[in-house]
Amino acid sequence: MAGHSTYVPASGFERWLDSRLPIMRLMHDTMTTFPTPRNLNIWYTFGGILTFCLAVQIVTGIVLAMHYVPSADLAFNSVEGRIMREVNYGWLIRYIHANGASMFFFAVYIHMFRGLYYGSYKAPREVLWLLGVLIYVLMMATAFFGYVLPWGQMSFWGATVITSLFSALDQVIPHLGSAITTWLWGDFAVGDATLNRFFSLHYLLPFVIAGVVGLHIWALHVPGNNNPLGIDVKGPQDTLPFHPYYTVKDAFYLSLFIMLFAAFVFFAPDFFGNPDNAIQANPLVTPPDIVPEWYLLPFYAMLRSIPQKLIGVLVLVGALLTLAFIPWLDTSKVRSCRFRPLMKQCFWLLVADCVMLGYVGSQSADAALSLGGMQLPLVWLARLGTAYYYGFFWLIMPIVGLIETPKALPESIAKAVLGAKAKA
Amino acid sequence: MATATKPEPTRRDFLYLATGAVGAVGAAFAAWPFIDQMNPTSAVLALASIEVDISSIQLGQQVVFKWRGHPLFVRRRTPKEIAEARAVPVSELIDPVARNANLPDSAPATDANREFKPEWLVLVGVCTHLGCTPTVSTPQSPQGDYGGWLCHCHGSQYDTAGRVRKGPAPQNLAVPPYSFTSDTKIKVG
Repeated sequence: MAGHSTYVPASGFERWLDSRLPIMRLMHDTMTTFPTPRNLNIWYTFGGILTFCLAVQIVTGIVLAMHYVPSADLAFNSVEGRIMREVNYGWLIRYIHANGASMFFFAVYIHMFRGLYYGSYKAPREVLWLLGVLIYVLMMATAFFGYVLPWGQMSFWGATVITSLFSALDQVIPHLGSAITTWLWGDFAVGDATLNRFFSLHYLLPFVIAGVVGLHIWALHVPGNNNPLGIDVKGPQDTLPFHPYYTVKDAFYLSLFIMLFAAFVFFAPDFFGNPDNAIQANPLVTPPDIVPEWYLLPFYAMLRSIPQKLIGVLVLVGALLTLAFIPWLDTSKVRSCRFRPLMKQCFWLLVADCVMLGYVGSQSADAALSLGGMQLPLVWLARLGTAYYYGFFWLIMPIVGLIETPKALPESIAKAVLGAKAKA
Repeated sequence: MATATKPEPTRRDFLYLATGAVGAVGAAFAAWPFIDQMNPTSAVLALASIEVDISSIQLGQQVVFKWRGHPLFVRRRTPKEIAEARAVPVSELIDPVARNANLPDSAPATDANREFKPEWLVLVGVCTHLGCTPTVSTPQSPQGDYGGWLCHCHGSQYDTAGRVRKGPAPQNLAVPPYSFTSDTKIKVG
């Protein structure tokens, strides 16, 4: 895509095809000879891992849809009875799909924090970052729809709470929010109609994600990869062809990732699950503690930290929208945090902050932390964490970029990797 | 740049704009059925009204029915609970309006505006924050500080008239449209 093509058709057939549909040329230029910075580390293998995760979810999902029944009366039994007990290897395929969602989010969070740390969102990669944010939001929507399908207690009440977020609009225009929730449900409560449409959308969205992933890779291949030094590629001495150097690196770390994935599937398949979801949905009884899946917990903590409904919902939505502004909030000309001593500390504080918010989100709404006889309500930790999350992006990013003195950047990737003797 | 003289609109310009306008209106009309199909079907609307027998409910007890897919609380309040609800001035409430479908929207949230008969409280059992079912408070198992309900999801509390006393819930529990068809039966919806 960037630069000119080095593809040489090797046979008469390839020559014939190349002048009609240059698909082999496209594959060759993007996956074989594509010039890739020679210093990419382990954290850059997660793009490939994420592509693998998407493929696993689509393949297992299509199989599960062959046996699943999207009906309020039958859904729970079609999962817990038919798929888990009767379908050949149904248990395996379901556990791969359920744990696959967690592995997918685990990988995407590493991918996102890597992009933040090395400044991969900065010019000329803003569109690449925006497409990534869009994929992340689509992933959350898909995961939410999927979590409703087994029709357990947590499915049902999770669906109720999340769709009810829209009812906050009642505080802006009376009855607007309620009209939207009724429209989303197709009923006066979450029910059969809701389950059917969520199933339809859960099947659709992964293909939308696949389409946006195509754009994401396209937008990556125009400027090329960022790298841990955050400096531009100056010439061929700074790069390696994607194949075999990065195909083997990606494959190596992918195989480690699959081992971790398999460990959960075979030895702790319910590790990420909630026991309440083993009880069939009951619209009259809310479980004592409603907890979303772990990958949504930080946002859930932010929602709960605000005692006012509309503002709480706005804080939740704003936390996601903030991600889209990052390319324009960071004022520093240096990309990589390796050369930004102050930003590096703020970054790790943000990582710790997100973990802490996740912990608070997993605890009940009125929980408190005992510190030497003093009771610290967790809601205050959540408020502190929410303040730092917003503060990091809207204050620290613009201000630190202006006041910080970055360390000296290396002359080139080749010099940094191969030593001073390399030609710059 | 040469001085631009505005060319006379041609027949093609007119047809272009007119076709575009008709197309836009047509697209909007075509979209509506695809939007409206998401709303409740006629079968769902047909089941929107129920009649419940309340004769077996004891003093101080709450019984939960199902109405429009939601829990419906029918609570027979004790004189103490009624007195507590009546002692609260409306100015102290988070939500000062009655939220009673049988009264005008502006009716204040006095205890009397929350029911037809003081002993019988009929409420939609849906927390006005994010839709969980609040847990009823009884002398044996108190929930929250106001003797009414506590929502475990996000910690909202309601008093013995079902009025919100502690956020994040913004509104009092809704009173559904209902009427007594006899001393022991109510029709909801």
